[in-house]
Amino acid sequence: MDAFRQLDYMNLDDEFSEEELMVRDAIRTWVGERFMPTVAEHFEAGTFPTEMTGELGELGVFGPTVPEEYGGAGMNSVSYGLICQELERGDSGLRSFVSVQGSLVMYPILAYGSEAQKREWLPQMASGQAIGCFGLTEPDFGSNPGGMLTTAKRDGDDWILNGRKMWITNGTVSQVAVVWARTEDGVRGFLVREGTKGYSAPEQKHKFSLRASITSELVLEDVRVPESDRLPGAIGLKAPLSCLTQARYGIAWGATGAALACFDEALQYAGERVVFDKPLAGFQLAQKKLADMATDITLAQLAQLRLGRLKDAGKVTPAQVSMFKRNNVHKALEVSRICRDMLGANGISLEYNVGRHMCNLESVITYEGTHDIHTLAIGHELTGIPAYR
Amino acid sequence: MNIVACIKRVPMTETQAKVTADGQSLDTSGVEYMTSFYDEIAVEEAVKTKEKLGGEVTVLTIGPSDATKQIRECLAKGSDKGIILTDDAWALRDCRSTAKALAAKVQELGGEVVFAGRQATDRDNASVGPMLATYLGWACVTDVIELELEADKGVAKRESEAGVETYEFSLPAVITCQKDLNEPRYAGLKGIMAAKKKPVEEVPAAEEASQAEVVRVELPPARKEGRVVGEGPDAVEALMTALQTEAKVL
Ligand SMILES: Cc1cc2nc3c(=O)[nH]c(=O)nc-3n(C[C@H](O)[C@H](O)[C@H](O)COP(=O)(O)OP(=O)(O)OC[C@H]3O[C@@H](n4cnc5c(N)ncnc54)[C@H](O)[C@@H]3O)c2cc1C
Repeated sequence: MDAFRQLDYMNLDDEFSEEELMVRDAIRTWVGERFMPTVAEHFEAGTFPTEMTGELGELGVFGPTVPEEYGGAGMNSVSYGLICQELERGDSGLRSFVSVQGSLVMYPILAYGSEAQKREWLPQMASGQAIGCFGLTEPDFGSNPGGMLTTAKRDGDDWILNGRKMWITNGTVSQVAVVWARTEDGVRGFLVREGTKGYSAPEQKHKFSLRASITSELVLEDVRVPESDRLPGAIGLKAPLSCLTQARYGIAWGATGAALACFDEALQYAGERVVFDKPLAGFQLAQKKLADMATDITLAQLAQLRLGRLKDAGKVTPAQVSMFKRNNVHKALEVSRICRDMLGANGISLEYNVGRHMCNLESVITYEGTHDIHTLAIGHELTGIPAYR
Repeated sequence: MNIVACIKRVPMTETQAKVTADGQSLDTSGVEYMTSFYDEIAVEEAVKTKEKLGGEVTVLTIGPSDATKQIRECLAKGSDKGIILTDDAWALRDCRSTAKALAAKVQELGGEVVFAGRQATDRDNASVGPMLATYLGWACVTDVIELELEADKGVAKRESEAGVETYEFSLPAVITCQKDLNEPRYAGLKGIMAAKKKPVEEVPAAEEASQAEVVRVELPPARKEGRVVGEGPDAVEALMTALQTEAKVL
């Protein structure tokens, strides 16, 4: 197979600034040269290439929109989107790692943290010296986090946390966990440090999706957290939800990256694979699939760019982000399934990328609000009537 | 140290070359560009030299204004300023007129060492570097794979047919860079942000008529399809015969 060639049917490259294109190309090159050679091995072994976190920090992908004074690069949201796209072109696990670090841990510290918390955590997280995770989901509460059972009770100057979180990306390898817990006054966020007594983060194994990503349970048994490690600005469930809006924005771009990878692989494969004496690409059935996929990907590209420009103008709404987390992931999953099919038996081999992306996207369509939950969010926006329960 | 890195914008390695209708050049429509592979090594060596000896790295190119993207990438990787010697007909310049224009600028900048790629990956002439040294009247070591620079002299290793040669030279000098000299760094996002604030200047390239001109470009003939000469142990004999009598390589 030749090097990755990105579909740009509507010449959208013209719409990006030189700097945005440089960002994209820098990440694309790194992913191609450094990440792709070993991703299939990691996927098979069920490991994340943790040895690359330093390099990722040097590249600057952790919290790139964080201001420079806290160790970020002060980039715009379109650049962040392009970063997510290129990372997920490699693997959804890689993008997840970066989404969690930047959007789910650095973002709440920046938005809701004290000055001391920002100074302590943001620079070391930007460089990759410290890894963070975000604990919202529980065994019994996923789509409805408002029902969470994890509690935080005041004890003098401290808080005592009890509960369990599930499906927490990076839990096992994190130095800090943003844990959301119910207090007498509603939901609050806490920075729980690795090694705190009563806190552990065992890894959840046996996944068939997002295998090159670490997923963990967080166990909290009488965990004592000082008031200084509570996020002072985070009041109520809207705080964790605002983090999810940041991450979902990146996912809308990321999913397109996975779709672009699958499409390019299938297009190249169809051009080379001879069936019944001519290339697969020369058959009408294959061309219809390619035409449909290229159209879906192009529409996703147009939408994410608009979303990014709105975000940079400070005008994007959570409901708009919902629409394209939902659409772009759904379309990417469909594209990956069709591409998987077009590669025949090779499509299930880890020597190709389509099967890996297809498995990964099953997680991406579930986390950060399932497809159906975003359907309800859009419905709510359109009708004004919440239909979640 | 006043360090200059010369780069050329070339078509992406994956570009499928097409010849224009007049048969004199390659069709550039739809072509995407990158910094020539060996020039990236030159830029890396320039930045490493600055990191060791101090000073400033200027990235210099002759080309169209839209080479700014490549220049900015070099700035993102640690160079300090960029200069594009603009010339609409830059692609038609021969190596000598290119070298002469570069030499004039290097002189004006007060450069003390120039790094260039061993060759540009589009034309593969491998002559601009040595010609530049000639115009400047400087020392020149080509195809360098190892380099130790000090304030006024240096030691360079280069690979030749005969083996690895070690040169001692005095500065100023032109060094052309071979593959193994270093591993170019990636542009980080902070570097990209910093690059925005670094100066990129466009000035017309010194006029200089070319003495050599490309009159015809032909793509290499398509490779003939392969042939299976036999299967299993029988193949050995058939292959030997084919290699001896047809390919005449044994
Ligand atoms: C690989 C991976 C990584 C993850 N990482 C994190 C992380 O880092 N941090 C974190 O906090 N969480 C994480 N999650 C958890 C993820 O966010 C939840 O799995 C998700 O929110 C769905 O919750 P659930 O699994 O409990 O499914 P449920 O909420 O039980 O949903 C099951 C099904 O019911 C549907 N459903 C639910 N409610 C309704 C309704 N009102 N109407 C109609 N249908 C409905 C859903 O759409 C879904 O199809 C991760 C998950 C995965 C798979």
